Amino acid sequence: MSTRRRWPLVFLLLPFVALLYPPWYAHVSPTLWGIPFFVWYQFLWVILGAACTGLTYLLRE
Amino acid sequence: MLASVEWGALSVFIVIGGLVTVTGIVAARWRRAKLDNLEEWGLAGRRFGTVVTWFLVGGDLYTAYTFVAVPALVFGKGGIGLFAIPYTIVVYPIVLLTMPRLWQVARNRGYVTGSDFVRDRFDSRFLALMVALTGIVATMPYIALQMYGIEVVLAQMGVPVDASLWVAFAILAVFTYVSGLRAPALLALVKDAIIWVTVLVCVIYIPIRLGGYGTIFRKLPAGTATLPGTSSAAYASLFFGSALALFLYPHALTGVFSAQSQKVVKRNAALLPAYSFLLGLIALLGFMAIVAGVKPSAKFGGNVAVPALIDKMFPSGFAGFAFAAIAVGALVPASVMSIAAANLFSRNVWRDFIRRHAEPREEALVSRVVSLLVKVGALVFILYLPTTDVINFQLAGGVWILQTLPAVLFSLYTRWLNRWAVLAGWAVGMGWGTYMLAKIHFAGSAYDLGGLGSHWTWYIGLYAVLANVVVVAVGTALAYLLGWRPRTTIAEAEYEEQLTSRPPTEPLDLDPQTAEGV
Repeated sequence: MSTRRRWPLVFLLLPFVALLYPPWYAHVSPTLWGIPFFVWYQFLWVILGAACTGLTYLLRE
Repeated sequence: MLASVEWGALSVFIVIGGLVTVTGIVAARWRRAKLDNLEEWGLAGRRFGTVVTWFLVGGDLYTAYTFVAVPALVFGKGGIGLFAIPYTIVVYPIVLLTMPRLWQVARNRGYVTGSDFVRDRFDSRFLALMVALTGIVATMPYIALQMYGIEVVLAQMGVPVDASLWVAFAILAVFTYVSGLRAPALLALVKDAIIWVTVLVCVIYIPIRLGGYGTIFRKLPAGTATLPGTSSAAYASLFFGSALALFLYPHALTGVFSAQSQKVVKRNAALLPAYSFLLGLIALLGFMAIVAGVKPSAKFGGNVAVPALIDKMFPSGFAGFAFAAIAVGALVPASVMSIAAANLFSRNVWRDFIRRHAEPREEALVSRVVSLLVKVGALVFILYLPTTDVINFQLAGGVWILQTLPAVLFSLYTRWLNRWAVLAGWAVGMGWGTYMLAKIHFAGSAYDLGGLGSHWTWYIGLYAVLANVVVVAVGTALAYLLGWRPRTTIAEAEYEEQLTSRPPTEPLDLDPQTAEGV
């Protein structure tokens, strides 16, 4: 409904900001348990991305 | 030849195959309803709650081909193969913005396909037909690649591939024909149980054998587990373009439309990323295959990475279990895809053009028969065409389906789209996209526009859809100057809330919470 809060939609932009410019994260260090940054950063964003959609949903219901 | 058959693996594989067949056919009795109308056969009566939708859409989008091809790409090309991770991250904000609205209007107006919406929204059967045909053409090679996924694991077990594929096809055809969308939904539960077990065992046990994750990444050739700067633009445009395309695929929309409420769709936008994590873990198997010394095969190339790795690391019985996971993982999406393509035909070709007054009963029958034809086509594809052709075709399918973006998703939010402009944009996107693919001989998905270098080497589909959108905008402005005015074909309320014109459906789910009603 149009009365729904709009500001939580900002959360939906975060995954795009975090991922659309690969030079920010396409490197090996800092490694985590020997896993390159490029790999663990993207895994981290799977969780953060889900949090973004989940939070947006909860704040708008 | 039979001497090379892995009997241990094969027997486990066959037992699971039997279980799948029975489950698929019994699914018809799940909350029994008359399956002779399209909303029941093709959408399971729009009754799936949060849990079943999660399994169904997850099983539908994260396909066996993905489970084979993504690690194969990592195995062959390194870090760029990880694009599947950001791809399946950024898709969910898009889902949350568009799918609840599309679901609601579909529910209120009884749409079974995305093209049903396009027809009403633009008051144009012809535009809907083009969108429907794009969907069918993009889905066919996708089904074929599911069969290919099964072929790869069958070959790994050393059984005669052609004959076994016909058996897999027969199983798929029978349960889809009999039970409609209920079958893949129930099978998705089976599939997930075995696939999660398989993957968790793989990502824990294999690294132990190989000396731990740190050792695996240290042993990789330098630069393998990251991205060269020259690939940045291709990487970002590929995952972004693919994410825009994913929920335009007919099988994705079928999964969404079968949900019971808007709330179910919204919750799943937050819950489905669990599968993205799973897919990421599977992608890592590509790195492990490199370190374990797996060699590409003559027939399947790098696509053997995961099956060969599993074969190398595990006893035969568990390998059979893992191969069955891949095979069942192929049957679920193949079933939904064939249902989705069949629904497009029965709704947007048959009912809109051939028999305008087709009754629901006739629609369902047409869908059932077409779902069979679509699958035979896919099987013939994979058995008699060179596999590279099928893979190229699927690559093109992704570029093509993306061209329906303005018609299906932009139109949810604006009245400012002229139907002829949308049609022209679609034609330009299709034409230019195909031209770029042909020019690089389908050797990849990125195109160096005008030789401008790596910063402008982008995913072809994204270039094509940008051109598409420009044509739609310019065309709409032109139409306005010629006297066309935007008008409301579907009232805003129909996108937003449940209208009482249709009776509420009884839920079909496992979780008591949503079963009590929303």
